[in-house]
Amino acid sequence: MLIEFPLKEEHKIMIDLIKEIGETYIKPYSLEWDEKEAYDATPIKALAQADLFGLIIPKEYGGLGFGTFEMCLAVEWLSYFCAGVSTTYAASFLGAYPIILFGSKEQKERYLPSIAKGEKLCAFALTEPQAGSDAFAIKTTAKKDGDFYILNGIKQWITNGGIADIYIVIALTDPAKGARGASAFIVEKGDPGFVVGKKEKKLGLRASLTTDLIFNDCQIPKERLIAKEGMGFMVALKTLDYARCGAGAQALGIAQAALEVSLKHAKTRVQFGQPVYQFQAVSHTFAEMAMRLSSARALVYSVCHYIDSVAKDFSGASAMAKCFATDQAMWITERAIQMMGGYGYMRDYPVQKFFRDAKCLQIYEGTNEIQRNVIARELAKWIKV
Amino acid sequence: MGRILVCIKGVPKPGTVKVDKETHTLCRKSAELILNPPDRPALEVAQRLKDQANFEVIAISMGPPNMVPVLQKVYALGVDDIYLISDRAFAGSDTLATSRILAKALSLLSPFDLVVMGARSIDGETGQVPPETASLLNLPSITYVKEIRYVDGKFIAIREDDFGEEEMEFYPPAVVSIVPEIDYVRPPSLKRLLSIKEVTPKILTNAELNLDEASIGLSGSPTQVADVFEKTFVSRGEIFEGEPDELAEKLIEVLKEKGFLA
Repeated sequence: MLIEFPLKEEHKIMIDLIKEIGETYIKPYSLEWDEKEAYDATPIKALAQADLFGLIIPKEYGGLGFGTFEMCLAVEWLSYFCAGVSTTYAASFLGAYPIILFGSKEQKERYLPSIAKGEKLCAFALTEPQAGSDAFAIKTTAKKDGDFYILNGIKQWITNGGIADIYIVIALTDPAKGARGASAFIVEKGDPGFVVGKKEKKLGLRASLTTDLIFNDCQIPKERLIAKEGMGFMVALKTLDYARCGAGAQALGIAQAALEVSLKHAKTRVQFGQPVYQFQAVSHTFAEMAMRLSSARALVYSVCHYIDSVAKDFSGASAMAKCFATDQAMWITERAIQMMGGYGYMRDYPVQKFFRDAKCLQIYEGTNEIQRNVIARELAKWIKV
Repeated sequence: MGRILVCIKGVPKPGTVKVDKETHTLCRKSAELILNPPDRPALEVAQRLKDQANFEVIAISMGPPNMVPVLQKVYALGVDDIYLISDRAFAGSDTLATSRILAKALSLLSPFDLVVMGARSIDGETGQVPPETASLLNLPSITYVKEIRYVDGKFIAIREDDFGEEEMEFYPPAVVSIVPEIDYVRPPSLKRLLSIKEVTPKILTNAELNLDEASIGLSGSPTQVADVFEKTFVSRGEIFEGEPDELAEKLIEVLKEKGFLA
């Protein structure tokens, strides 16, 4: 657009590859997947064969060893084609992060190579029916039993439920200790006592799968504990700190697509004898969209670089990137519909899908209200009085 | 481990091609080359056999030096090695001369189990090279294959023709050509794309092939092209304007004038 963000040659190669995948395996089908609320494994297979599941996996485990910035670029451009597909993709990273950040050498060796190849998808399971924003209210328990842990409880709204092979599950090992009594576990598809519940019907992101996970005396070996008992929330929060930028990146891709489609329309749609773009009410709206998108992109990219520069504490920064970019995407997609009038509202055109997809970004991976809490909390630490 | 050789071709990117007025051939040297689109399914079929039965897959192409970037992109699709057959003596070869050159080059890479080619090229559109090469190699040829499996030392191919599908079983080696469109072709690998510049094709010239110059290139090509020309618009269409009724009458008048209506 009006700003060209400096990108290295390797980034350009990656973006071109994602655009090729988007044009070939996603764009012709995305409205159909949305309409039918259908998950299609083809684009995921293509992403796997293109090595794109290996982006953030360290090189010694078969990945590319890239950082948050590259992950976000990939998620951004996939979202440009379909945020449902990019949700499947990004949620797999959400499930991979705990192993990358906190996994033991054995856990890394066992799981990361097949994650990098895209042979195994991941999922991250924290939310429960009574524990959304109030994550500490989880009730799922994990009881030590000899060489095993026994899990009981229900996880809700889990992205990639059913298609993932590796699930990171946060459960209470010591309910009496509250937040300090939670631990993170790796549960594999097929573990005894673990079943996938019903598939949710959603407003947007309909090409991705969201399900319940049910643990009924689910028995897993004790080696599946990540880090130590009691570190569950630390694992979860650190993972979300990293992954939140991904939601911001999704917002950029959706907003970019919405802006392009609606701008093309406004420049060709003739009313009152001229393209509607010639009306100032319309063109100024686009000017506003461009400013909002560019500033969101600048923020997301700079937070990515901040994280990749081995910043230690970046909760506030990643919350800003997520909250600001997703709010902008919501505004931009809503205006994009308005700029297309009736065409924007029709399901034959993609802008209404962008709008529905964008809505979820303000909710998942921590609502934007919670993000503001995080930003405010970090801000308060910054000025000491 | 068996070996599969995939013959691919660089074709001028549509819109960039120029015609050499003297030889009536396409100027491949100046054109921007892309992978002949029907070769992508051929590479995919070979790759699937590699996935299934661990074959080594080698891509091989005859063409000018500007074919190198195309071969590098093919490397990114996952093949094990790339070869370029390139020599001024090969320039201007028709399908027969090309098949002679390919057959010789392929024999230098033997033993192999399978030669895979796209059904045709989008520039020449003849579809002759796969069966011609098979014939020169004295190997069986199966055209229009859409799927191949490797089972117990044999290949089982599903061949598509105008009347339906047929299943064929054959022992290696053989030459097959693949239908231009299959259900899925894999994208390139990012890891390979990032290291593309470090990979250069092995070059085979006529020094290695040692073919009689009378049998290759323009002089070795029985096809003598009478003319190839760039399309130009000689006359503009005529545009009539007016009300539908008038236009209909005008149209009937014109059609009668031209003798299309009595």
